[in-house]
Amino acid sequence: MNFQLTEERQMLQDSLRRFLRDRYSVAARNQALTDPSGYSPEIWGQLADLGVIGALLPEAAGGYGGAGFDIATVFEELGRAGVVEPVLDSAVLCGVLLCGSGTDPISPRDQKMIDRLIAGDLQLAFAHGEPASRYERTWIETKAVDEGDDILLTGRKSVVVNAEAADLLIVAAREAGSPGDRGGLSLFCVRPDAPGLRMRGSALLAGGRAAEMELDCVRLSKSARIGAAGNAADRIEGTIAAAEVALAAETLGAMETAVRLTMDYLTTRQQFGRPIGTFQALQHRVAEMLIELEQARSAVINAAGHLEDLPLVRDRHIAAARNLIGRTGRHIAEEAIQLHGGIAMTAEYELAHIAKRIVLAEHRFGDADTQLERFIDLTAA
Amino acid sequence: MDLNYSTEELAFRAEVRAFLEAKLPQDLLDAVRLGRGIGKEGHDRWHQILNDQGWLAPTWPQQYGGCGWNAVQRHIFEEECCRAHAPRIVPFGLTMLAPVLQKFGSDAQRAYFLPKILSGEHWWCQGYSEPGAGSDLASLSTRAVRDGDHYIVNGQKTWTTLGQFANWIFCLVRTDPQAKQQEGISFLLIDMATPGIEVRPIILLDGTHEVNEVWFNDVRVPAENLVGEENKGWTYAKYLLTHERTNIAGVGFSQAGLEAVKRLARHQLHRGRPLIENPHFAARLARAEIDLMAMSTTNLRIISAAAQGQAPGVESSMLKVKGTEIRQEINDLARRAAGVYALPFASEAVAGDNNALSSPEGSEAVAAQYFNNRKLSIFGGSNEIQKNIIAKVSLGGRT
Ligand SMILES: Cc1cc2nc3c(=O)[nH]c(=O)nc-3n(C[C@H](O)[C@H](O)[C@H](O)COP(=O)(O)OP(=O)(O)OC[C@H]3O[C@@H](n4cnc5c(N)ncnc54)[C@H](O)[C@@H]3O)c2cc1C
Ligand SMILES: Cc1cc2nc3c(=O)[nH]c(=O)nc-3n(C[C@H](O)[C@H](O)[C@H](O)COP(=O)(O)OP(=O)(O)OC[C@H]3O[C@@H](n4cnc5c(N)ncnc54)[C@H](O)[C@@H]3O)c2cc1C
Repeated sequence: MNFQLTEERQMLQDSLRRFLRDRYSVAARNQALTDPSGYSPEIWGQLADLGVIGALLPEAAGGYGGAGFDIATVFEELGRAGVVEPVLDSAVLCGVLLCGSGTDPISPRDQKMIDRLIAGDLQLAFAHGEPASRYERTWIETKAVDEGDDILLTGRKSVVVNAEAADLLIVAAREAGSPGDRGGLSLFCVRPDAPGLRMRGSALLAGGRAAEMELDCVRLSKSARIGAAGNAADRIEGTIAAAEVALAAETLGAMETAVRLTMDYLTTRQQFGRPIGTFQALQHRVAEMLIELEQARSAVINAAGHLEDLPLVRDRHIAAARNLIGRTGRHIAEEAIQLHGGIAMTAEYELAHIAKRIVLAEHRFGDADTQLERFIDLTAA
Repeated sequence: MDLNYSTEELAFRAEVRAFLEAKLPQDLLDAVRLGRGIGKEGHDRWHQILNDQGWLAPTWPQQYGGCGWNAVQRHIFEEECCRAHAPRIVPFGLTMLAPVLQKFGSDAQRAYFLPKILSGEHWWCQGYSEPGAGSDLASLSTRAVRDGDHYIVNGQKTWTTLGQFANWIFCLVRTDPQAKQQEGISFLLIDMATPGIEVRPIILLDGTHEVNEVWFNDVRVPAENLVGEENKGWTYAKYLLTHERTNIAGVGFSQAGLEAVKRLARHQLHRGRPLIENPHFAARLARAEIDLMAMSTTNLRIISAAAQGQAPGVESSMLKVKGTEIRQEINDLARRAAGVYALPFASEAVAGDNNALSSPEGSEAVAAQYFNNRKLSIFGGSNEIQKNIIAKVSLGGRT
């Protein structure tokens, strides 16, 4: 066994860490947070130039990575720095969707989108979840109705991250079957200004923006379909698996920062005439945070290392990792705030942002309880 | 033992409920129910309504305008207010400063300040904490130097809750730097309109402006605003803190919070079924409710002991720890129930404009509240400090 990163990944990690340390100051991030797009277009371009987006996608699609460990390496660094740019939504979710499952060849149009994405010239958003889907991947009610040469989309999408900034939306809709069925799902490329499409945007508590979406007989040509008709479930599940590895690694990176900030603080903050880190009540709690951090790191390694496995094996490891990170993440975020005292609660202190990233990551693709249920189901299967 | 409320107590509850149904303005009710702020105007309006009813000061003796309620009635009142989504009564003047003035203030101070607390003319804030003096409150360094019939105050307070709305601040100041830490502190009442005071906002992680820094630069405070004796302020400060802590148990808040989670979980669907039927969620919810049931009885036991004249000691620390843990757990359940709808930054919702989102009712502010209420285990003497107190009192004689 070898738990070392390959040389290429080590180089990517080093250069990304250096770039973020030099360029992604708290001030730069705060600037990005107030940008109307919810991120900094400048940083986005620089991340693309560094090769970050390409590293998330396979060579067959023009990228230079795309394996679980590539994704985890990049996202651990993004998480460590608390990056708010929509790498997860634009690059992983939509990028991996466009790359497809391997059996479905990539159409020339999709390949062009991937190329532009890797170059940093394209923003995308995945309109997937709906008011009643909670975290279920195939609970899709939005209907795609065949009308001769056209398709009509009708339905609602909720909390579509990066929707307002996206040049194009990838919309999941149902051509047949009922909510929860794996069959009958398709993906469509939709322009954000398509007639019948309405969006209401909002900032997100941990950075970035999202929108509620209504599709009222949005008319598309059949060529807007991505991949084969009614067969998108595999693609969606495979994509979300990659996104969950990314999110787990990002949260791990953020947890590292939270623990580091806490340790720094405990050695400097003086109360009762001594550093508060000399109180054993706090020392033991830091020790517990450190133990959990190691567990979280192992969980991410398990998930990343199984991303290319058969779906059943893959998803079981991912559910396990996300459950563990959900639990330990909450614990570390809450402890980090508590051990800091009031200062941690202020918007301008780094930990406030990091803690929000950690806790709210649980609300994407399934919280710890949902992942626990998935793990049980997959174990029984 | 009788765990049931007496007929009189039940009648009292009905009276409170009827009052709240008739007098609590709908806009305030909605704002509180959905976790939005109500601003100074909202607080003032509710303050006025309660004062008109004579129900503003349940903890005050009747001679000063209190309601004359016993501890159980006060508990019922608080429970009903939370249940009805009434705004929280800002505690600084009514339940923190007033008991200190009633016990340690001069006749002139009582006559001047207490009526103005009731009328709402004075809005008080608490100037205890400083950047270098948090848990170690006694290390505070804001100086007050006697100059004829004035004190000259210099220094900085921080974390001053709602200081932006306040026109008076009660402060702990150092009057004798030579004395041992706890012995050189005095308790001073300061008009915030005095020249030399500056209030600067601190924005919290949920985007709210709730706390402030207060700076004092050669602020001249009349010597008659000293409470009690010079250098005896620590005694008064500690007396005030026990009052602060019993209110922090927040049984009523937890009960209302639990109801809110249940409402949300009934409307959120999971695989086509209400979330509240999901066994994992239901189990977590049940656990929180079981903890709250016991805690509510702990609270009543302590209240009734207090009603019989026993001063709450270490019990108030226990209530603070357990009460805040339960409230925070309920906040956590609420954010879980909201699912993906916990993600949006509901600053729009918190500010009262809900047009930006179409999220399920009750979900807009849950994540912001979860983060904001991390403060519960930090302020009013952090939970670690409370545990130190519990351990010291319990083991103290033996080690
Ligand atoms: C089943 C069993 C098998 C064992 N086998 C062996 C063996 O084969 N060979 C051998 O040499 N020994 C053996 N031990 C002994 C074992 O190593 C001791 O029990 C252990 O070192 C703890 O010592 P103690 O029981 O005296 O507890 P104490 O040292 O008295 O500790 C009591 C409690 O106080 C805590 N504590 C003590 N100091 C601190 C501190 N500074 N900070 C915080 N907490 C503290 C402890 O963690 C513990 O919870 C065995 C013990 C057991 C129970
Ligand atoms: C939202 C908010 C509102 C507030 N409102 C007010 C207000 O209106 N007026 C006011 O005066 N103050 C107010 N406070 C201040 C509050 O009382 C302090 O934050 C609190 O006393 C803790 O101090 P600190 O933040 O400096 O943390 P520190 O004292 O620096 O503590 C940091 C950590 O160390 C722990 N710790 C410290 N000493 C020990 C020890 N001996 N043993 C074990 N653990 C220890 C603490 O528990 C905490 O976990 C408010 C605070 C907040 C966050």
